Amino acid sequence: MSKVLACIDGTGALPEAVCDTAAWASKRLLAPLCLLHVLDRREFPIEQDAPLSGTIGLGAREALLEELAELDAKRAKLAREQGRLMLAAALERAREDEAFEPSTTQRHDDFVNCLQEMQPETRLLILGKGSHGDSLGVHIEPTIRALHRPILLTDKALVEPARFLLAFDGSATSRKALQMVAESPLLKGLSCTLIMVGPSTYDTRKELEGAEQRLVSAGFEVDAQLLAGEADEIILQQLEITSADLLVMGAYGHSRIRHLLVGSTTSTLVRRCSAPLLLLR
Amino acid sequence: MNPSLHYNWFSNIRGDILSGLVVALALIPEAIAFSIIAGVDPKVGLYASFCIAVVTAFAGGRPGMISAATGAMALLMVTLVKEHGLEYLLAATLLTGVFQILAGYLRLGSLMRFVSRSVVTGFVNALAILIFMAQLPELIDVTWHVYAMTAAGLVIIYTFPLLTNKIPSPLVCILLLTAVSMVMGLDIRTVGDMGELPDALPIFLWPDVPLNLETLWIILPYSLPLAVVGLLESLMTATIVDELTDTPSDKNRECKGQGAANIVSGLFGGMAGCAMIGQSVINVKSGGRTRLSTLIAGVVLLILVVFLDEWVSQIPMAALVAVMIMVSIGTFSWESILNLKKYPMSTNIVMLVTVAVVVATHNLAYGVFAGVLLASLFFANKIGQFLFIGKKQSAPNEVAYTVVGQVFFSSSDKFISAFDFKADLDRVVIDLSRAHFWDITAVSALDKVVLKFRREGIEVEVIGMNEASATIVDRFSVHDKPEAIDELMGH
Repeated sequence: MSKVLACIDGTGALPEAVCDTAAWASKRLLAPLCLLHVLDRREFPIEQDAPLSGTIGLGAREALLEELAELDAKRAKLAREQGRLMLAAALERAREDEAFEPSTTQRHDDFVNCLQEMQPETRLLILGKGSHGDSLGVHIEPTIRALHRPILLTDKALVEPARFLLAFDGSATSRKALQMVAESPLLKGLSCTLIMVGPSTYDTRKELEGAEQRLVSAGFEVDAQLLAGEADEIILQQLEITSADLLVMGAYGHSRIRHLLVGSTTSTLVRRCSAPLLLLR
Repeated sequence: MNPSLHYNWFSNIRGDILSGLVVALALIPEAIAFSIIAGVDPKVGLYASFCIAVVTAFAGGRPGMISAATGAMALLMVTLVKEHGLEYLLAATLLTGVFQILAGYLRLGSLMRFVSRSVVTGFVNALAILIFMAQLPELIDVTWHVYAMTAAGLVIIYTFPLLTNKIPSPLVCILLLTAVSMVMGLDIRTVGDMGELPDALPIFLWPDVPLNLETLWIILPYSLPLAVVGLLESLMTATIVDELTDTPSDKNRECKGQGAANIVSGLFGGMAGCAMIGQSVINVKSGGRTRLSTLIAGVVLLILVVFLDEWVSQIPMAALVAVMIMVSIGTFSWESILNLKKYPMSTNIVMLVTVAVVVATHNLAYGVFAGVLLASLFFANKIGQFLFIGKKQSAPNEVAYTVVGQVFFSSSDKFISAFDFKADLDRVVIDLSRAHFWDITAVSALDKVVLKFRREGIEVEVIGMNEASATIVDRFSVHDKPEAIDELMGH
């Protein structure tokens, strides 16, 4: 559990944003940065027009196998070269950003599967945030669910963050998140806005106070607030008001079944939040 | 969207829709032809193809594979239909589905590892021969028009792709031949002569058979082979598609999917079916990869048949025969003929016996059974050769035998005959520490050797018996102790 793993992907300005953010995190954590590119074959659909003649002659299977293997080989070589160039550029940028011991890895694998295999040596995972259309976007929710490591989702460079917003709801997941924030060197020295959404009762006030205490004793400067309303709406509002650079929260505390029925705050925030997100599992 | 949902359905939309259309067109003649083999109306095969394709699109374990009414299954139900009629066939189809789902839950899909490459090749070749032979009734005792039409059909199918790759040539063949036969008013057999075509969407119907033991005894002897052959062909086809696309599939899910498909087919008036090697290859070749291609194939098939039934009934049988000959030629493994020279005799015999048994019995299950049995015997024989027994004079009137290699039922005679019981000796040492005793036959062979020496008045000492017999134990749980296998093979 040692590396900062950053997933580099070809779309838009994301690689730079992911790179810069990863460099910052690796410096804060003093953890080696590993830039990862996954060649997921299923993501390269067949571009060549297949023959629609609908006939099969003698030796059709053998000929087809040969043809498809060749096609795959060509595609794989191209994608591999492209991936290498992308990783080289990312490595260059990470060096410029003075990342901690940056290195690169390229794998032929299913994306989620690859991350799961690398999980034991992962301390923090950095993913580019994308819409559902792009290749990384499709993976985000299953990736978050499949991995049990902190995940930083971003679409812009996080270089000198000054303030983060911690969403707290008293659940086991969020208490765990609180503890991780308090113990990790990643966010040390930043100001913190601690938010709890719920009715103002003795219990909730008590809980929020406890959480604030925990952060203060870890050396954070904390501004705690108890607000009533819809959790996701309030959180998005507060991000605007406090102009925090980062939203920190526990992710997917509830089951898939509940998610299906009532939706998930995490998913909503992943979709709608414009600031980088640190999801703690 | 869930990524597996995305990959399994929408990652290749254009390719899947086009290939689904091509496959739907190719499925129509096949479904009609196989219904005729089974002795039922074409609509039974067409409804079956629709139901099976649609259900396996959702429930199957191999995206991009095409399942529908097949020749291998049709051949097994001929007598049932002849003696008991369609309703019993529908009941047998339901029971087949139940067996296949059970097989899926019992994880019998993994038994496919005992089916060797040569058995698979034999199966595929036998299937091609069966499809071809099923066309012969249409070509015997007919006027020269039919031969001319069939020949013209084959020429169109194979030469039209040289002109353009954008239109399926079997479709062109069917359209042209139908037009010719209608314009010239030829008196040749058409699809309409073969029985009823679908004129409506299939409806849910419980098979009209008495629910008693008697019914069960009638359908059971058909349902079991149907279930076995269906799974065999489906799993073999899945392996072929796996290989072509270099992607994995879930074999046990495929078993359950085939079962569900057959149950639905039986309830909507269709016959039992399974995966089709020829059609699956056509699908992959035409660019189909995901479940969407299978779904499109099934739905388009039904739409075409229901709305064009007037036209479909005009298709001359000669055009279908040409298409089916194309399918059988494409299914046949040409390479296997070339490989006969290259491969060892035992491999060739397994392949040829599989083909011969299927062609003789019209039952693919018997062929596979014969092939697997033969392959296992050949394997046992080969492994039995790995036995060496060294003999050394270790002292005056004393001989030391060293046994190295595999001792089991097939090599135990060789083991016994290696010892010289007639020599004039006081003492014999048998060193077994580098031998493997695989079964009880091996142990009793050793007992026999020891006894024979003792009867000659020779004292016997056996060394290393414990190591040698470690392999007898059925479960030496190598999986949780990787070093166990080294220990076992290394001593």
